[in-house]
Amino acid sequence: MAELTEFIWIMAKIVAILVPLILAVAYLTYAERRVIGAIQARNGPNRVGPMGLFQPFADVFKLLFKEVVIPSNANRFLFLIAPMLSLMPALAAWAVMPFSDGLVLSDINAGLLYILAMTSLGVYGVIIAGWASNSKYAMLGAMRSAAQIVSYEIAMGFALVGVLMAAGSMNLSGIVNAQAGPIWNWFWLPLLPLFVVYWISGVAETNRAPFDVAEGESEIVAGFHVEYSGTAFALFFLAEYANMILIAALAVIMFMGGWYSPFHGLPVLGPMFDWVPGIVWFVLKMTIFLYLYLAFRATFPRYRYDQIMRLGWKVLIPVTVVWLVVLALMILAGLGPWFN
Amino acid sequence: MLENYLPILLFIIVGLGVGVVLLAAGFILGPRKPSEEKLSPYECGFEAFEDSRMRFDVRYYLVAILFIIFDLEIAFLFPWAIVLDEIGLFGFASMGVFLAILLIGFLYEWKKGALEWE
Repeated sequence: MAELTEFIWIMAKIVAILVPLILAVAYLTYAERRVIGAIQARNGPNRVGPMGLFQPFADVFKLLFKEVVIPSNANRFLFLIAPMLSLMPALAAWAVMPFSDGLVLSDINAGLLYILAMTSLGVYGVIIAGWASNSKYAMLGAMRSAAQIVSYEIAMGFALVGVLMAAGSMNLSGIVNAQAGPIWNWFWLPLLPLFVVYWISGVAETNRAPFDVAEGESEIVAGFHVEYSGTAFALFFLAEYANMILIAALAVIMFMGGWYSPFHGLPVLGPMFDWVPGIVWFVLKMTIFLYLYLAFRATFPRYRYDQIMRLGWKVLIPVTVVWLVVLALMILAGLGPWFN
Repeated sequence: MLENYLPILLFIIVGLGVGVVLLAAGFILGPRKPSEEKLSPYECGFEAFEDSRMRFDVRYYLVAILFIIFDLEIAFLFPWAIVLDEIGLFGFASMGVFLAILLIGFLYEWKKGALEWE
């Protein structure tokens, strides 16, 4: 009996994470179109419901009632398994995310390792989709996408090693707690180069503009998911946006002090904002990063593929390696960037 | 300790479940009118004239190999980074030797032009 209630309790928590997450994905697509619309001096979707607020639901229903086309010479099994393989890790990574102090589904010690493992799994969905579609554009897109994700994962991994050195913990709550304090105590300042590298590789990892050659509408139509339609396409879409939100959430946890208020611990301002729950700060900071994603897409031209690879291998990786050595020397010399 | 991983396992299963349910909903709710043209692979308006699983550039392979080496390196760095202040100078020196060997290989790749894409 105790096991059953425990099980139901866990399931309730999972639903309590997944439903807001999927809603966030829906409204991120809406926000994307509105923000880019505003940047380009046009309206964006504004017809479905007040200010177009029901647009995401209209899109979902449209996708649900579309035919799922499976090309005749595609590998049926792999073709159907690929979208699930790319969605599963994008959702499952949220299991260890601390939204506020103690507000976490599973507070494991190897939290960061688990997140890295899950984000790495995403590349299988991409490459299997490209292979199974048996279409040239899909194949080209998958090759590009896989090589790009894999290259930037190294830079990202190195940047996160720097965070581990500074925090001395792989537990995500531990990393946030190591940054307890006002805004200049958070890791973005002492680890500024790593923070920049992390964010650039985060954008590249999710195949977003300006690193979206893998989808490159104007050259290889949509890359690895050209052959997908209806809900199969919706799964890829969901995975991409869930991954964007995940990268933004990780940026907040690693470099932006997680659930701490920017005035935490200050004499007068600190207590003034004590009543604001941690999750509000967490979501606010996440929103800033998500806005950056959208602003990048509206303002930056697309990188060429050779430029992307050069940036990843010849700029970001050397920068992070050098900075890791500097950081290690600082730790050994006892002048660390941590504050407690 | 291990019971902390049960919610994660359940989360992974639920994550897969969301995918299965959505895909199934698409098959149930969507129409199903296959035709030869619709089921052919997308190609800008003409018939596909060769196998799409073509040969690809060897550099993709090189990137994959490099990735494996560097990713292993990162996996080594993780535990090292956490306990660095305890293992002190000896730990730093041993990782330094390891990193140096890796960097020599990386520089060799670089000079050989394995990282050039043009």
